[in-house]
Amino acid sequence: MSASKSAAFFARFRSLLALALMVLALCLLSDRFLTPDNGWNILRQISVNLCLSIGMTLVILSGGIDLSVGAILALSGAIAAGLLKHGIALPAFDVLLQFTTAGAIVAGLFVGAGLGWCNGVAITRFQLPPFVATLGMFSIARGLTMLWTGGFPITGLGSSFGEIGTGTFLSVPMPVWIMSVLVAIFVLVTRRLRFGRHLYAVGGNERAARLTGLHVNRIKIAVYTLAGALAGVAGLIVTSRLDSAQPNAGLGYELDSIAAVVIGGTSLSGGRGSVTGTVLGCLIIGVLNNGLFLLNVSPFWQQVIKGVVILLAVAIDKMNARGRDS
Amino acid sequence: MPTASDIVLEAAGIEKSFPGVRALDGVALRVRAGRLVALLGENGAGKSTLMNILSGVYPPDAGTIRLDGREVRFANPREAQALGIGIVHQELNLVRYLSVAENIFLGREPLTVTGLIDYRKLHADTAAVLKRLDLAVAPGTLVADLRVGQQQVVEIARAVSAEARVLILDEPTSSLSAHEVEVLFGVIAELKSRGVAIIYITHKFEELARVCDDVTIMRDGRVVGEALLTELTRDAIVRQMAGREAKEVFQKSPAVLGSEILRADEITLPGEGAGRPFLVEKVSLSLRRGEVLGVFGLVGAGRTELLETLFGLHPERSTGRVSVNGQAVNFTSPRDAIAAGLALAPEDRKRDGLVLPMSVAANASLASLDRTLRGGLVSESREAAYITPYIERFRVKTPSLHQLIVNLSGGNQQKVILAKWLATSPKILLLDEPTRGIDVNAKREIYAFIDELARAGLGLVVVSSELPEILALSDRVMVLCEGRKTAEFSRADATPERVLHAALPDLAAIVS
Ligand SMILES: Nc1ncnc2c1ncn2[C@@H]1O[C@H](COP(=O)(O)OP(=O)(O)OP(=O)(O)O)[C@@H](O)[C@H]1O
Ligand SMILES: [Mg+2]
Repeated sequence: MSASKSAAFFARFRSLLALALMVLALCLLSDRFLTPDNGWNILRQISVNLCLSIGMTLVILSGGIDLSVGAILALSGAIAAGLLKHGIALPAFDVLLQFTTAGAIVAGLFVGAGLGWCNGVAITRFQLPPFVATLGMFSIARGLTMLWTGGFPITGLGSSFGEIGTGTFLSVPMPVWIMSVLVAIFVLVTRRLRFGRHLYAVGGNERAARLTGLHVNRIKIAVYTLAGALAGVAGLIVTSRLDSAQPNAGLGYELDSIAAVVIGGTSLSGGRGSVTGTVLGCLIIGVLNNGLFLLNVSPFWQQVIKGVVILLAVAIDKMNARGRDS
Repeated sequence: MPTASDIVLEAAGIEKSFPGVRALDGVALRVRAGRLVALLGENGAGKSTLMNILSGVYPPDAGTIRLDGREVRFANPREAQALGIGIVHQELNLVRYLSVAENIFLGREPLTVTGLIDYRKLHADTAAVLKRLDLAVAPGTLVADLRVGQQQVVEIARAVSAEARVLILDEPTSSLSAHEVEVLFGVIAELKSRGVAIIYITHKFEELARVCDDVTIMRDGRVVGEALLTELTRDAIVRQMAGREAKEVFQKSPAVLGSEILRADEITLPGEGAGRPFLVEKVSLSLRRGEVLGVFGLVGAGRTELLETLFGLHPERSTGRVSVNGQAVNFTSPRDAIAAGLALAPEDRKRDGLVLPMSVAANASLASLDRTLRGGLVSESREAAYITPYIERFRVKTPSLHQLIVNLSGGNQQKVILAKWLATSPKILLLDEPTRGIDVNAKREIYAFIDELARAGLGLVVVSSELPEILALSDRVMVLCEGRKTAEFSRADATPERVLHAALPDLAAIVS
């Protein structure tokens, strides 16, 4: 009895335990790790991945996957930067629309949400598997980014736009504010909103959800739209921090975010997991990256170690979750 | 009289706990060669857990298993299989997109000298087993294309073809047609005569006289009775299962019929692909408030499809007119049907009912979540308060409402699905095989509840393949055969002979 109880406890706080162990080890190994500056540093570094990963968590909980978030990040950032810097010419009306910082931000978010919505429609109305639909979107958004930027970075975006990525409020960096607010919102959404409950049901058994009268398609479209919008947020942060929209921004970020979600204990088969788990997953990856950097581990080894951590995390998860259906 | 030396498999002192549940608490079981022991007990008594242990799915926390007197330990199901223990689990475990043959010989595929799968032998061997079980499908058919009952026969074929010495059957007949049950009983008799020891779990007592030699009764993780079948009466079994005096039998109260609440005219649902051109063909029905309409038919008669069509699940394919309370309706999704006051408790609980990764509470409240919100937010305490009466009424056995539903016993999962739909306070309740896998005492509780709902003015349609159930519950009985309505009887006229007669395909032409 007590053995199985402690096993349940361990399963629940597994990620927290892993994080604590890592922090402890790094404190011992490096005197530069446990400093306030480094702490903010880690939080600032994970903010982009966390924005993407919150969206990815919703998508994976609904039983899908989104391979396009990195590409949407790049396109949203590039569009916001381009509009801010150059505006947009509308030859038909013979006008040049100039954008304020706020206008560019809204435009960037709209681009992200819009592309996410397209993913959702492709998956529900046209019944494409999420893997395929978002793989297509990945390519489309990457291509559009290249077309929009001509393959060159858009730089020099002004100090007010720079606030998003580099500013502080009450001496907390803006990206950390943004990510904390988003975490709070989406913890509430998944735990306390009807939408959240329905999301778990759709991911857990779509057919049963439909027979229960849930708006399965609407829920899925909403999920992909949110994931796109959150990728837009991430795009704005990245662009603002670098004061430049890079055509190749966010390359491979979708895989990092899937890793964070999985390390956080969310099941790739849908219906099981949480946003708080994903926060821990992001922290684990962030601390790991930071620690390996501080310890001067070569970047090549960093990748290998990250891979091992992902495998270990999921393997332990499976060992604990061995229930009657596995 | 059997002797000790006949004992093939003997389990002693078996214990097994899950978080919050003591599923088995020192269980002993003996199985003899050539005999069938029926394992009886209420939902959640621990029957399936014991079988999972005997077949190597999980290790016991304590206790010993002896095979031919030698102690054995199974690290996994494969080892148990290799020692001659075969099992048909309560839930289907087939690979849907492999063929019948590939499923039956999964893990035991015959190979050619070059190490490839010998498909010719595979199909020949499969054809032989299928013949033994009288299942008329080609070995190459995809399992996904079979009916649930046929899939169950494939499961049985898999266990039988392994030539096990101990065969475990966990509620094998719950989705079989009458004919398939007969064939199974024939196979069981043959296996017994060849010395195979059989453990048989069932909630259908009428089957016992046909196949059973010994009875073991479990309650709350313990064995509470062991006897020869001939020494027991039905009442004694029920009493030992429940641990208290059994309540009186179910008595239906007289119907008080109100206005017509549901009417369907010429409902037609064309089939897809091969098979029958029409799954449901021009079926009309009328249901009044306070009425229970029983729908009887053999497996494959189109009962489930009829309910699904009424519930708006096949809007693109189906034709016909439906009206609710005299108002014509056109449901394009289950959502519309629910909004109009309908509820459908589906037959295939694992596919259509359960959200396995969610808790008991979340499953039970899923269809009525709106009523348990507080200030627009999900409130666990309100949710619990709302569904607890239903969970208690059916005596769902669960350590807490937070337990994942996947961890409940089969019968308890079924009760949660019923609770989920009753909690929507529907006006019209469609129940598809509501008591499948449910123990006798809980069954009576469900009958009483159905009766109560009818008295409260609901209209109910109950589909069942158990004739006694239909006859006990219904005010009117409608009979389906091969997608068509072949007869309708008032309660007084519905004798078992007449109803069965109308349900049999070759006679249907004469009756209609
Ligand atoms: N994996 C599991 N995790 C937690 N509890 C479990 C698990 N498996 C079984 N149980 C619990 O153990 C008890 C016995 O379950 P079991 O499935 O053996 O019942 P059963 O006698 O087969 O019932 P039924 O007639 O409904 O099939 C139940 O209370 C069930 O909830
Ligand atoms: Mg069982």
